[in-house]
Amino acid sequence: MEKFAEEICAIPGGEGIRLCIQCGTCTASCPNANRMDHTPRELIAMARAGMREEVLSSNSMWLCLSCYLCTVRCPRGIKQTDLMHVLECLAVRHRLSNVRTRTPVMHRSFTDFVYSIGSVPEIGFMTWFYLLTNPLRALRMIPLALSLLKHGRMSVKARRLRPEGERQLRTILERAQLLGGMS
Amino acid sequence: MRYYAYFPGCSASHGSAKAYDRSAQAVAKALDVELIELEDWNCCGSTPSTSVDELTSFCASARNLALAEKRGLDLVTPCSACYVILSRTNSSLKEYPGLRAKVDEALAAGDLEYHRTARVRHLLDVFANDIGYDEIASKVKRDLGRLKVAPYYGCQVVRPQLGFDHPESPQSLDRLVESLGAKATPFPLKARCCGGSLIISEEDLALGLIHKLLDSASSNGAECIVTVCPLCQTNLDVYQGRVNKKFKANFNLPVLFFTQLIGVAFGIDSRALGLEKCIVSPEEVLARCL
Repeated sequence: MEKFAEEICAIPGGEGIRLCIQCGTCTASCPNANRMDHTPRELIAMARAGMREEVLSSNSMWLCLSCYLCTVRCPRGIKQTDLMHVLECLAVRHRLSNVRTRTPVMHRSFTDFVYSIGSVPEIGFMTWFYLLTNPLRALRMIPLALSLLKHGRMSVKARRLRPEGERQLRTILERAQLLGGMS
Repeated sequence: MRYYAYFPGCSASHGSAKAYDRSAQAVAKALDVELIELEDWNCCGSTPSTSVDELTSFCASARNLALAEKRGLDLVTPCSACYVILSRTNSSLKEYPGLRAKVDEALAAGDLEYHRTARVRHLLDVFANDIGYDEIASKVKRDLGRLKVAPYYGCQVVRPQLGFDHPESPQSLDRLVESLGAKATPFPLKARCCGGSLIISEEDLALGLIHKLLDSASSNGAECIVTVCPLCQTNLDVYQGRVNKKFKANFNLPVLFFTQLIGVAFGIDSRALGLEKCIVSPEEVLARCL
């Protein structure tokens, strides 16, 4: 097997690429396949052919909605949605994340909050996301934000864990990072 | 009395879906169910964090499972994203011994152990299968007058196949709506995606998906939609105006959490259900039952 395919198979959820029969059920089920550089079926074929750069730098997995339609329909039982997440993690690890979609930055901004305080305040997360992408685009969000505020749906204050809980979470996550990712 | 460990998730506890938490608590009380908030729970990580570093995301999620296991109660969440992430952590820990060893080691650093016995449930599952439609029907005080409701499941409450309902043609929410005296309208896209978190990074794409859903619900005669997920509610309700603008449409479909509709049928005060928090006001549609 190609080295790249081996790398994917070593991560939980990635091993399914061995089983693919290229029937295309995943692509036919995907709401976003037509916007992807390579359809889900193509992505597996390319991964197995060792096309590392092309796969990891594509926008495909970043347009995955995690709707799991492909996963429940795959006749080979491949966890296609999990596979997309595996490819996203590998793209992040190898610094190849696609730059034409803002999804990688969105995921990063969200995760920064999870790992730092253990909860995700919507307003903080959105502000962080727009600062990292295009602060001017945030202007478009003002009417929505005002409407949420008016309906009592926007809290400025973040939920915090008790200090000992926050410390425990941080210790666990630091250890996880020392253990070096999945593979 | 039934007791559950309760995992509200970030949106329902402190975010834009506070009405979900409030209404869930109110109807649970009416049904002799106690939702005991899991002490010091942390964000499940949701889908975004599984796309940055898998191991770290599994560990964040596993901490909650370890806390719930100590509590000895089923862990119930009203959020479909929390549900899928926590369930997936459970099944992956069983399936992959290598992953399990690393997660155990990380948890041990925080003086926690997890023996993989916590059971993760969605609130819809608890209502449909533990409490049951008959018991829910027996508490109905207000006539919903055959209000036409589109039952919207979205994706992650039924997929990947976790067992309590069909992954593509689910029925539990339809039955629940009917047990309240409302009419569940046909809704061919009831288990299709609302765009999820891509509403933030790829808005145009997500608006297209939301448009299809609103169109499907509306063309089948629905007067309102009920959802079982904070993000689905936000996308369909908060972004409905943007869909109207982009597609030159005229939708005016209130989007309620299923717990809010149950609360209305039970005769619970609308403030206690957070109905005023809906952007598309349900007042007119519910006028005949309030």
